[in-house]
Amino acid sequence: MSALTVVRAGLFDTLQDIGRIGYMALGIPTAGAMDRIGLSLANALAGNPPNTAGIEIGVMGPDLLVNAESVRIALAGPLSPTLIEGADAAPKPLESDRSHLLKRGQMLRIGMVEGASTAYLTVSGGFAVPPFMGSLSTYARAGIGGLEGRKLAAGDSLPIARDTAPAGQEHKLAAPFDYGSGSIRVIWGPQDDYFSAAGRQTFVSSEYRVSKEADRMGIRFEGPTIEHSKGADIISDGIGPGAIQVPGAGLPIVLLGDRQTVGGYSKIATVASVDLPRLGRLLPGLTVRFSAIGVEEAEGLRREQEVRLARAIASFQAARPAGGIDLARLYEENLIDGIVYEREAVR
Amino acid sequence: MSVRYLSCGDTAFSVEFGNEISPQINGQVMALHAAVGRAKAAGALGGLVETVPSMRSLMVCYDPLSTTRAELQPQIDALIARGLPADAAGRTVRIPCCYDGEEFAPDLAEVAERTGKTSEQVIAEHLTSPFKVYVLGFMPGLAYIAGLEPSLTLPRRPQPRVRVPRSSVAIAMDMTTIYPFESPGGWHLIGRTPLWMFDKRREQPVFLAPGDSLVFERIDRARFDAIASEVEAGKLDWSLFYSDWSELITP
Repeated sequence: MSALTVVRAGLFDTLQDIGRIGYMALGIPTAGAMDRIGLSLANALAGNPPNTAGIEIGVMGPDLLVNAESVRIALAGPLSPTLIEGADAAPKPLESDRSHLLKRGQMLRIGMVEGASTAYLTVSGGFAVPPFMGSLSTYARAGIGGLEGRKLAAGDSLPIARDTAPAGQEHKLAAPFDYGSGSIRVIWGPQDDYFSAAGRQTFVSSEYRVSKEADRMGIRFEGPTIEHSKGADIISDGIGPGAIQVPGAGLPIVLLGDRQTVGGYSKIATVASVDLPRLGRLLPGLTVRFSAIGVEEAEGLRREQEVRLARAIASFQAARPAGGIDLARLYEENLIDGIVYEREAVR
Repeated sequence: MSVRYLSCGDTAFSVEFGNEISPQINGQVMALHAAVGRAKAAGALGGLVETVPSMRSLMVCYDPLSTTRAELQPQIDALIARGLPADAAGRTVRIPCCYDGEEFAPDLAEVAERTGKTSEQVIAEHLTSPFKVYVLGFMPGLAYIAGLEPSLTLPRRPQPRVRVPRSSVAIAMDMTTIYPFESPGGWHLIGRTPLWMFDKRREQPVFLAPGDSLVFERIDRARFDAIASEVEAGKLDWSLFYSDWSELITP
């Protein structure tokens, strides 16, 4: 069987696609990629449809041994992985935000995600893991989806759909995708009326720090307390992605993919979907501000982001294969002193 | 009927039918959940992703790349204006339950004492309460089942148990529930069913659905063990345990 074998486990590596959609009524969380843009880019680089499951790398990634004739992988996110090409070979740095063709026996060491909490690895053709309720997304709290419903562990074998990578050019992202900066945009509600005017003002005028309690379920923030006017408890209702609940202690919790489907704390606002990928990458210790916008503006920003994503994918550049000479590109760009890659390798 | 629309970002909004827990209000929620499901199945409501019923509101999730709040909300409004049935059709589900012994019913004696009843009276009232599944959540397959005989109302235990066994049948406030997994829990344990509320080997892993009516049926330990071994082996004919099947309400 063709597979990527986990030689050493990372910290929080799970298979994720866009999520398990359509079962919230039965209490099943959607789960899914914390950063849908990163997953989309990694899939496009690997030549996959956008909803193909990849490995979501949390904080530190695994060492993966190639047990297939060849496999095209793609990486998206701030990674500095290395490739070990044989038993005695020295590790060779690999670029992220591009695809790579790997051969049997090579080992990919993902290492740390730098300056963000998540990054993605996809394989061309996808992983040959059966979906659960229509999705490969891992929801570890209930042990469903992904590989046996849990994060990857040393010794795991991740079956891949193809034994040989399809012929073709490697691709890379022309420029890092702009996730946006500045304040995190939110839409008031569903229970903004449970807060005093002063409480709402505190929320949009203060700095909040990502606490250590940040995971796939949500991010607990630290900062000035937000004053309720009608109490923290409501009759439990549905929790959408990015909902910001404020329990009695007055500190906001943004709820993400692994959030429970219903809950009983008042929700002051909801993060606009355009900024959810940013939240999915936030590291503990960083500070953010929140600013309120309207629903229509949020919908427009999301559509605009989708256009930018499509544009980024349409402008992928050809990339040289790891360690080889990319003749097509040589002829295209560098007819005169064509040994630029050797020179880079020496440097 | 007057409902409130609440913003849940740019991918969802909630339709709130009231601010109390009542069979009438929840009935409206379930009726709209079913009506939306039918409309979507008929090809209407483009861009609608799913709906999430809870005690007194329905969350409507949509894809902002395919529709907008301004487009979708009037369509939901029109469904409500057309009139919702007073009570959406749901299944009647039979839950076999063994109320015998300290292992299965560690809190039964205390519940009886605190409500001034005998254990047998508590069991009898649990067996005759008109239960209905109001909402699923907290963990996959966990149902909040309302309709407990009012004289059995007790707050949750002050100190939750660290480990409540799977399939424990418990009561708290005006509700009963069945734990789908071994998990922490603060409700009073009065019995256990051999059925699993969540079984990932099944095509439909979640057994209960919002809107289901529930009847508990008393079984002894021998019957419990017999059903439990079939469940464990994945050989149980689950259709024996629900009747009046009209539609499993998922959009």
